[in-house]
Amino acid sequence: MKLDWHWDFAFEVLPRLLWATVNTLTAAGAGYAIALVLGLILALAQRTNWRALTVIVRECVEFIRSTPLVLQVFFVFYVGPQFGINLSPWTSGLAAIGIHYSAYLSEVYRSGIDAVPRGQWEACRALNLPLRKKYLRIILPQALVPAVPGMGNYLVGIFKDTPILSVIGVAELMQMANTIGSENYRFLEPFTLVALIFLFISLPAAGLVKLFERRLRLAMGL
Amino acid sequence: MSIWEFLRTYGPALASGTLTTCTEFVLATAIAIIVAVVMGLAKLSSNWLIRAPAIVYIEIFRGTSLLVQLYWIFFVLPLFGITLPKSIAGFLSVGLNCGAYGAELVRGAIQSVPRGQWEAATAISLSPAVRMRRIILPQALSIMLPPWGNLLIELLKGTALVALISVSDLMFEVKQINAMTYLSAQAFGTALVIYYLLARFLITPFMRWLERVVARGLGRV
Repeated sequence: MKLDWHWDFAFEVLPRLLWATVNTLTAAGAGYAIALVLGLILALAQRTNWRALTVIVRECVEFIRSTPLVLQVFFVFYVGPQFGINLSPWTSGLAAIGIHYSAYLSEVYRSGIDAVPRGQWEACRALNLPLRKKYLRIILPQALVPAVPGMGNYLVGIFKDTPILSVIGVAELMQMANTIGSENYRFLEPFTLVALIFLFISLPAAGLVKLFERRLRLAMGL
Repeated sequence: MSIWEFLRTYGPALASGTLTTCTEFVLATAIAIIVAVVMGLAKLSSNWLIRAPAIVYIEIFRGTSLLVQLYWIFFVLPLFGITLPKSIAGFLSVGLNCGAYGAELVRGAIQSVPRGQWEAATAISLSPAVRMRRIILPQALSIMLPPWGNLLIELLKGTALVALISVSDLMFEVKQINAMTYLSAQAFGTALVIYYLLARFLITPFMRWLERVVARGLGRV
């Protein structure tokens, strides 16, 4: 085994990789923002009185959760043009990853809402609170705070899934490493650096989520 | 082209792709289970020489993405003199990745076997190996099976990535069909439905059945 690691090459390509890391973080952040909002809508749609809507949304969530993200990315990117809608790689990538994770987040929200004690719902009814007030002031605040660690885990998850966007040419970390690799015919340094960058971001992030979870448990007296 | 015509024309390609996906899934699952049990037990060891490698392994594979690991194993390992055929690199990286997640499930399940069971096993002077094999593991198995069901669906989804190193699985076949015909909605749509059917009507029922079998084995039905 001959380890042919070139430090000068590694340092030469590091700035480009770090620049691409910014893109990766942007993609993760924007995708997560979409997922947070859409996930809440999906979760609330499953609590309506319309049986049909509930069942359809439930099936859609199951469908999105059990099919591969990479396939969904291709689907969004290629199917649009077939119907005359041209989406840029960034738009379709963010849409796909946002929709994918909204299905996961809706489950987190759902279990959070389900965990709100019965008495709270009954108190809302007793006070005759309107629907909007009931959810915004009473139910969601109590449902979301315990759900924060679960939501944090998916933030780390979405960050780790952004390399999949490279398949449609989003200029994130993996795409940049591929470009550098094929320009120089050297894959060892770029790919290893990418792995290290991922490790250096996701491990502390996961640690923070864990720490926050412990704090939260203490604060809520669990 | 109607969807029926599409299915008639490309049915064989889709079928062979699905078969490859299933093969990759089974092989990756086998690796994931082995890795998960070994690393999960190693992480519980009181000897840090055994514990440390397990922790490093789990954190590395959970901390980076599957795609990065796949590319690394396929493009970088050959530089160390280990050249793997693409299909082996494919299921190996998916298996190693999911094995790291599985290891945490194994560890968590073993730790959540009630204390009394450990004490009772010690009290009737079972050796640690027998205690683990006969008392703890069977109960841990029934605790960890439901999350394993979710993990196997994640694993199935992970196998779609091996198409990116040109293993001719379902994902790869529909990419080819799309490139040849531009029938994107039909090609990718069909593949989405096949993945969904595999997850929903093969993996999930199988895991439910397995949960029942294990529960019966423990006399809990």
